[in-house]
Amino acid sequence: MKIIVCVKQVPDTSGKVAVNPDGTLNRASMQTITNPDDMNAVEAALKLKDETGCKVIVVTMGPPPAASMLRELMAMGADEAVLVSAREFGGSDTYATSQILAAAVDTIGVEKDDVVMCGRQAIDGDTAQVGPQMAEKLGLPQVTYAADIHKDGENITVKRMLEDGYMTIKVKTPCLLTCIKELNEPRYMSIGGIYETYNKPLATFDYEKLKDHRLINVDTIGLKGSPTNIFKSFTPPQKGVGVMLEGNGKETCEELAAILIKKHII
Amino acid sequence: MSTFNSADIAAFKDVWVFCEQREGKLMPTDFELISKGRDLANELGVNLCGLLLGGEGIEATAKELGGYGADKVYVCESPQLSVYNTDAYAKVICDVIEDLKPEAFLIGATNIGRDLAPRCAARLHTGLCADCTHLDIDVANYIQFLREASTLDVDGQKWDMEDRNLKMTRPAFGGHLMATIICPRFRPCMATVRPGVMKKNPFDQAKADACVIEKPAFTLSEADVKTEVTEVVKAAKKLVDLIGADFIVSVGRGISKDVEGGIKLAEELAAELGGVVGGSRATIDSGWLSADHQVGQTGKTVHPKVYVALGISGAIQHKAGMQDSECIIAVNKNDTAPIFEIADYGICGDLFKVTPLLTEAIRAAKAAK
Repeated sequence: MKIIVCVKQVPDTSGKVAVNPDGTLNRASMQTITNPDDMNAVEAALKLKDETGCKVIVVTMGPPPAASMLRELMAMGADEAVLVSAREFGGSDTYATSQILAAAVDTIGVEKDDVVMCGRQAIDGDTAQVGPQMAEKLGLPQVTYAADIHKDGENITVKRMLEDGYMTIKVKTPCLLTCIKELNEPRYMSIGGIYETYNKPLATFDYEKLKDHRLINVDTIGLKGSPTNIFKSFTPPQKGVGVMLEGNGKETCEELAAILIKKHII
Repeated sequence: MSTFNSADIAAFKDVWVFCEQREGKLMPTDFELISKGRDLANELGVNLCGLLLGGEGIEATAKELGGYGADKVYVCESPQLSVYNTDAYAKVICDVIEDLKPEAFLIGATNIGRDLAPRCAARLHTGLCADCTHLDIDVANYIQFLREASTLDVDGQKWDMEDRNLKMTRPAFGGHLMATIICPRFRPCMATVRPGVMKKNPFDQAKADACVIEKPAFTLSEADVKTEVTEVVKAAKKLVDLIGADFIVSVGRGISKDVEGGIKLAEELAAELGGVVGGSRATIDSGWLSADHQVGQTGKTVHPKVYVALGISGAIQHKAGMQDSECIIAVNKNDTAPIFEIADYGICGDLFKVTPLLTEAIRAAKAAK
């Protein structure tokens, strides 16, 4: 049994975000982090490793510096890592990305009692699409928004969150689960883990390695092949400056209440 | 079905909306998407069709969709479809789409829609744009939208006024950027649409009566379904209805020194206004408020009549969820907080002092009216 966890290195959009004059993101000026939901997927996998001793393999698609993230995840406890990286893969939309990642996961091999895990969504795109698209390509059943996972042999029971409650879903391995933050609290790297991480295997899958895989159609990957394209990107205009009221006492509040009444806002 | 080829664009026609139901009841998003789909179908000169899956008898709810603009509703009934199941729904939807070939397919970006849409898009070999907040077909309308919603120099650009692609606009990078996505080479063009964003048309009984119901053929066997839903549990506590609220009083990190007290002050102000309490991501991540209260890019998008932000700095991801509110009132200790950039009225001060005064002032002003 093994667990393959797909992760993404993302710009930290919770902090200061710099936008270039042409409307694109100034990535160079931003910190990168492991996508938060993906950390929950890694933790879920490591918990299962703690219980069963199974192997955990982390996979990412990204530029070569993403290898440092994979080393950190191995320092947390993952056993192996695969970096999927090629110029030809750059600019892929979610459909194209899911093909490439599915091919990479299939190359690693998904066996009878294996589980593939992803974060629900990445904070740079917020699409939540790559997980289900990969599941379809791999022919695996999926359960998204997993807030609790119980594995008993080949049977997995998942608490799947809805906006107004939850579903309990039973699924058999192999399957793909997408994880949310309610699932767990990700652990830190351990000192021993940091020491060991550079002795753990980190493979790179490049274009040559994956281009002939049955799940990849080279005409529908990368910036050119992706089904969706960016037509325009832009920044919203600043709203007109409002009124900063003088003071912050009783009179100020009464002044505001009077304005709201006068303008029929309340 | 062997004739299905997502790249054969000319073979596709009509705009479709996936109409989600839970416990046999249509979701509010369905009416929003049907209303928006109506505009798109008009711009393309095609029919607008709903696609409704459910258990036996779900057909009875279909006509209501006509009242918001659907010309036709395709209804698929089966005991296996009464509760949402990824495999069953994806199988039926993809079969019907391969057969009837809509050119655009809209799905509400609910937890269910966001599970279903990518599964279908991958099977149909087509593009999908997530969490759209604006949709256009006509280039002239799109240009007008950019004039209002962007800083782009639209007059300095060349436009193909004949372009009939669905232009799907969504926030990216936590709302720092907006991107308009197209899917020019494959059909159907698929989009999930954020709940609460599209305006619902007024209900028209005559249109509901005229709506055509059709039951397309599909097959579904037990072997098609690899997951089993053993229970559906509703949240015990009544969830806050942020999207439907006219008045929202939200709290942020500024309540940290007395969380309970801060929330109580917000509740009192919300009660006086006849509204509800919301919160920034910080308040949800810290466990001060439950997730249903979250306003922002990763929470709900709201546009109430009045949005009061108490102790919220105004991170871009929060602004993305509330900046279209009709009137924004911000109270913050820090006069350089970004929330003041979008506030109609700002008060620089301690929310613990200002909020009770504001509640009292509004109470008095209403009484004197």
